[in-house]
Amino acid sequence: MKGLPPVLITAIVLVAGFVLCALQFPNIASTRVVGNLLTDNAFLGIVATGMTFVIISGGIDLSVGSVIGFTTVFVALAIERWGMPPLVAFVAILALSAAFGAAMGAIIHVFDLPPFIVTLAGMFLARGASFLLSTESVPITAPVYSTVSDFAFRMPGGGRLTAIAIIMLTIVIGGVLLLRLTRFGANVYALGGGRATASLMGVAVGKMTVKIYMLSSLLAGIAGIVFSFYTSAGYSLSAVGVELDSIAAVVIGGTLLTGGQGSVIGTFLGVLIQGMIQTYINFDGTLSSWWTKIATGVLLFAFIALQQGLVALARRPVAKRAGAVS
Amino acid sequence: MTALVPRRGLAQILALVVILAVDRMVSPQFFDLRLQDGRLFGSIIDVLNRGTPVALLSLGMVLVIATRGIDLSVGAVMAICGAIAASLADSHGLPVVLAAALGAGLVCGLWNGFLVAVLGMQPIVATLILMVAGRGIAQLITEGRIVTFSSPDLVWLGNGAILGVPVPIAIALGMLILTGAMVRGSALGLLIEATGGNARASELAGVGTRAMILAVYVWCGVCAALAGVIAAADIMGADANNAGLWLELDAILAVVIGGTSLFGGRFSLVLAVLGALIIQTMNTGILLSGYPPEFNLLVKAMVVLAVLLLQSPKLSGFAGIMARLRRTKP
Repeated sequence: MKGLPPVLITAIVLVAGFVLCALQFPNIASTRVVGNLLTDNAFLGIVATGMTFVIISGGIDLSVGSVIGFTTVFVALAIERWGMPPLVAFVAILALSAAFGAAMGAIIHVFDLPPFIVTLAGMFLARGASFLLSTESVPITAPVYSTVSDFAFRMPGGGRLTAIAIIMLTIVIGGVLLLRLTRFGANVYALGGGRATASLMGVAVGKMTVKIYMLSSLLAGIAGIVFSFYTSAGYSLSAVGVELDSIAAVVIGGTLLTGGQGSVIGTFLGVLIQGMIQTYINFDGTLSSWWTKIATGVLLFAFIALQQGLVALARRPVAKRAGAVS
Repeated sequence: MTALVPRRGLAQILALVVILAVDRMVSPQFFDLRLQDGRLFGSIIDVLNRGTPVALLSLGMVLVIATRGIDLSVGAVMAICGAIAASLADSHGLPVVLAAALGAGLVCGLWNGFLVAVLGMQPIVATLILMVAGRGIAQLITEGRIVTFSSPDLVWLGNGAILGVPVPIAIALGMLILTGAMVRGSALGLLIEATGGNARASELAGVGTRAMILAVYVWCGVCAALAGVIAAADIMGADANNAGLWLELDAILAVVIGGTSLFGGRFSLVLAVLGALIIQTMNTGILLSGYPPEFNLLVKAMVVLAVLLLQSPKLSGFAGIMARLRRTKP
């Protein structure tokens, strides 16, 4: 099994959806639209990659949206008001967000608290801190920003593969390799399978928990930088609700919310599906943007119900065999 | 009363008294009350009035959490029911409006309960679906506009007074008594706690755990609907984007401050409402002291962390001290 069928279903939904969209609006099937889709959802793809690790390990991270908001404000203020060179500001904010994630992971492990409520506190904390820094939108005028925004590979058909889309694709590929090929990745699955069992197998549960939340916050920090490239501004209210979008992408991508199963590729497909729904609604023009939320909700339900069914199916034969032996 | 306020309420009452004292320091007129046009006015009344939606939400949430669940959708349910109430208010009478809004809340609760109890989904995931889709549905009802109304009946629900007490406060108090009578006046509360403590063992012992879980989510939906109607009546309009936004977190926070464990198995209605009041007293205090309201989130984060650390199974030191204090008392 290894979580492949759910990913396959996600892929089929994506392809089928795309074909349906393309039948109705032939212009959707162009590299321009696909390029924009990657650019518009770059930050979501990055956060969702981190969220995949957290959820496979059996946790959840509600603070990522606030970390993105904080990052955009911090970067904007650091570059525009405090006169930091952009690169120094990037390094500083990444260190800060990694430390933030590590602290949350440490609290979760040391005090044995539910991740949901600890990261909820983290969400309040990061959002409150960004309000304290600035409540207004701070435009970023550094030359790096226009250089990065203008940079793009031309794809055949006139589409643009922008720098932030490339960053996102790199991180997704990095995430796939990290999860599939390294000891760290194997430990993430082990943790999701069961903390006690993982611990008995010799996984350093505490260190892993800290590292996983650190990774998630670090990626949220990168997503924040990407978001600031995307909007060329820092705003404390940016990326409200992104935690839900990324959780939805992870679930639609076939990762089990109970942990232990899932893949980064699936999450990436989940992000694309959400982007596709958005694109379709933009193309249609008569549908309001709130249909995105309803469609995402319906997809979320369909995929969770499917998972529930698959889990029930997977359990049944095992139970029978156990019964036969005894 | 001992059934409603267990001894562990001491810490919460102390916290409320301390925060009230701080509020009194930053604003000397804090405890002033005056009667005007047949309604009481004053900061205290303000705290109670503004705390009503979260207090109502926490009444439902505490039961859900007692079964080891969680309901993330209450904010979205508030938005849906507020939207329904606002769009019906000017063309229908109050009974129809209330029935429609509460009915919608009931359906939302049934949906959540069905996902958790029958399909066996994790509560956080099951309610996430309605949390994401709910706001979209609410906007579908209001057609993306902010629906305003002028029906005096519904406005009275948010701004009127009964014997000087603002109606929202009276409703919240009534709901507290009604919920208390239902769960503590019968074995229902015990069965709910049993479900949260160990669902499988309770099932084997003959508790209808599925019915219990379904019932608490339905009740949570109804409470959220009432909160949504009051919130809409308060501002004489329904804003699908902002009604009840982030209130699910406040409600969970209120329940946690009230000493109800997120791991289920025990709960206290009165303390949850007290938790809601503590949050609102803090909010009002921050506003009165002239700090920017953005401070609210930081303070809330600190409070969540503090309460969590006190509740942590690993940090039983505090519990030990409290127990010893209690034992030394005559």
